[in-house]
Amino acid sequence: MGSDLLKRIGLSIFVLFSLSILIFLIARVVPGDPARLALGPRAPEWAVENLRKEMHLDKPFYAQYGLWLAGIGHGDLGKSLVTRRPVSADIREFLPATFEIVGLSALIMALGGIFLGVLSAKYSNSWFDGVTRIISYLGIVTPAFVWAIIFMLIFGYVFPIFPITGRLSPGFEAPTTITGMFTLDSLLAGDPRTAWDAFLHLVLPAIALAMGGLAQAARITRSSMTDNMSKDYIAAETAYGIPPRRILMKYLLKPSLIPTVSVMALDIAALFGNAFLVELIFNYPGLSRYGIEAMLNKDLNAISAVIMVLGLAFVTMNIAIDILVGYLDPRIGLAGRRN
Amino acid sequence: MADASVAKPMSSAVGAESIVQIKDLHVGFKVFGGLLKVLNGVNMVVGRGEKIGIVGETGCGKTTTVKSILRILPGEARIFHGEVLFQDKNVYKMHPHELQKLRGQGASMIFQDPTAALNPVFTLGEQISEIISHSGTQPEGKKEAIKILAVKAFREATLPDAERMMETYPFQLSGGMRQRACIAMALATPRDLMIADEPTTNLDVTIQDQVLRLLKNLVDQRGMSLILITHSLGVARETTDRIYIMYAGNMVEVARTAEIFERPLHPYTTGLLSCIPKLTGGGVAEGIPGRIPDYMNPPAGCRFEPRCPKAMERCKKEKPEFVEVGKDHQVACFLYYQVPQNGVQHHG
Repeated sequence: MGSDLLKRIGLSIFVLFSLSILIFLIARVVPGDPARLALGPRAPEWAVENLRKEMHLDKPFYAQYGLWLAGIGHGDLGKSLVTRRPVSADIREFLPATFEIVGLSALIMALGGIFLGVLSAKYSNSWFDGVTRIISYLGIVTPAFVWAIIFMLIFGYVFPIFPITGRLSPGFEAPTTITGMFTLDSLLAGDPRTAWDAFLHLVLPAIALAMGGLAQAARITRSSMTDNMSKDYIAAETAYGIPPRRILMKYLLKPSLIPTVSVMALDIAALFGNAFLVELIFNYPGLSRYGIEAMLNKDLNAISAVIMVLGLAFVTMNIAIDILVGYLDPRIGLAGRRN
Repeated sequence: MADASVAKPMSSAVGAESIVQIKDLHVGFKVFGGLLKVLNGVNMVVGRGEKIGIVGETGCGKTTTVKSILRILPGEARIFHGEVLFQDKNVYKMHPHELQKLRGQGASMIFQDPTAALNPVFTLGEQISEIISHSGTQPEGKKEAIKILAVKAFREATLPDAERMMETYPFQLSGGMRQRACIAMALATPRDLMIADEPTTNLDVTIQDQVLRLLKNLVDQRGMSLILITHSLGVARETTDRIYIMYAGNMVEVARTAEIFERPLHPYTTGLLSCIPKLTGGGVAEGIPGRIPDYMNPPAGCRFEPRCPKAMERCKKEKPEFVEVGKDHQVACFLYYQVPQNGVQHHG
């Protein structure tokens, strides 16, 4: 497994490297002058020219890329044209915020999806299964932002249980930044009240974001479990006297989770991108919102940075899938170890 | 059905104690197009310590019959009529703990395809330990004791390097070793009955004999009963005391093993026997013309009637039940309804 993992990491670095060239190129090929966009149509030509020089836009592409890469080497992602701050500072602020939502969302997705899937498989073809399957279809076909609006209406407006905008309610102060995640930071600072408030702000966006993946995971878990239910080994294990509940939760669940895990991990990585409209609707200052604004303003450095973070998320989740699937399915895990 | 001759449990062959009794079992499968009426009134008795063979062609319901004993029929299966008794208790009216006891201590089963019968994502050690710890024969939580038993079971099933088997996954073994692992799991704790569903069909010819002999030895040593399902009359002849011939969801003939070969009565049995290639030569075996019936719309009377060379008018309308035609010899065929029972007695 060790050497296999190293190989995967090496490959991932290569992928990220290629991605950086691609995004660097695309961002610069699309029409529109970033310096002009940043300064506005009425800025004098010399000012625009100065900014262009400052951003190295007057240099050839490969030189720009080389400078950008050299910057990354010492943690400098360049300056954002929109926020007028170093991009790295922006990322440090917005990424943890999105991380909080995505993390909670992934948790809801994994636990909820597998839970529903197992119940649905256990009572397959009952009314419960039917209802779950219909809800699953709804969950898959409805985009996250629609859920966001529905939840906002129901739980924020009709029954005001949860707050619907921002990261904290008025009257609460942001905790000192340690991880950048408000819930965690407030807990570390010994302020559970603020942590709870920050958590409440996460609930609705996280659930809205999780719905699609949750439904998908439930369906895959269900079908994979009902598939495996008719396998000989389940009949054999029943015949050998292993109690049915134990078979369901161990001997049937483990092999059935392999497809679920593969799909869910990619769903979780995709959450970073999907979070955009949800963050917008809940007026939540997260990375996805930052990224979209950067793209609309042709904020080159910000675009590159956000895309690289998303790429990193996908690559990391892919490696995580490999490790997890290798654990779930020894045929894959051991094959890797043997080579 | 109209006839008075209802199947009687075999008394003399079995002795007083029977371990399994299947009475007039009707099992169907709900499928997309309707209902497959597979088992059509199966009657069967297995005595304590007795080795039974069930012989019949593919798809005649052999596996369904034995799965009903352990109550592991697939979800689409429906039991319409009849009962299955294990040690005189109705399996389908058992409390969960009684069922648990039946599976943990009463009977166990090995399957046709050992690759499919072993959970691919758990080590053999984990699977067999679980089986031992839930068998109810071991005090809970004694990990060391369970491990010793598990290794012993692997060793008895002649698996090389029994300790290492604990850490081995099924995919790391050959087919023959997998079947041995299944045998080890089925026999890890004491039980009264072993069901072997074509245990050698998926194995290499050279391994078949070894596995079969191993199975027979282990069952003999423990004085267990055995139900062996097989296509091969040769295998049944070597291994069993009594043979049930099954056709399309019915037991059509039962007799002591030697008797089946010396005096086959049912037209299907004679047909099956004529399929065995003879060492004396004489050309290719005949086979029985036709195929097993469509279970959606099976023949109303005897299910073998469409293929039977000796079919009569009566066979189309009525289903023949077992009649006693000799000592421990019963046959479900109208041909033998007229024969006075003492007339054939001297053969048995």
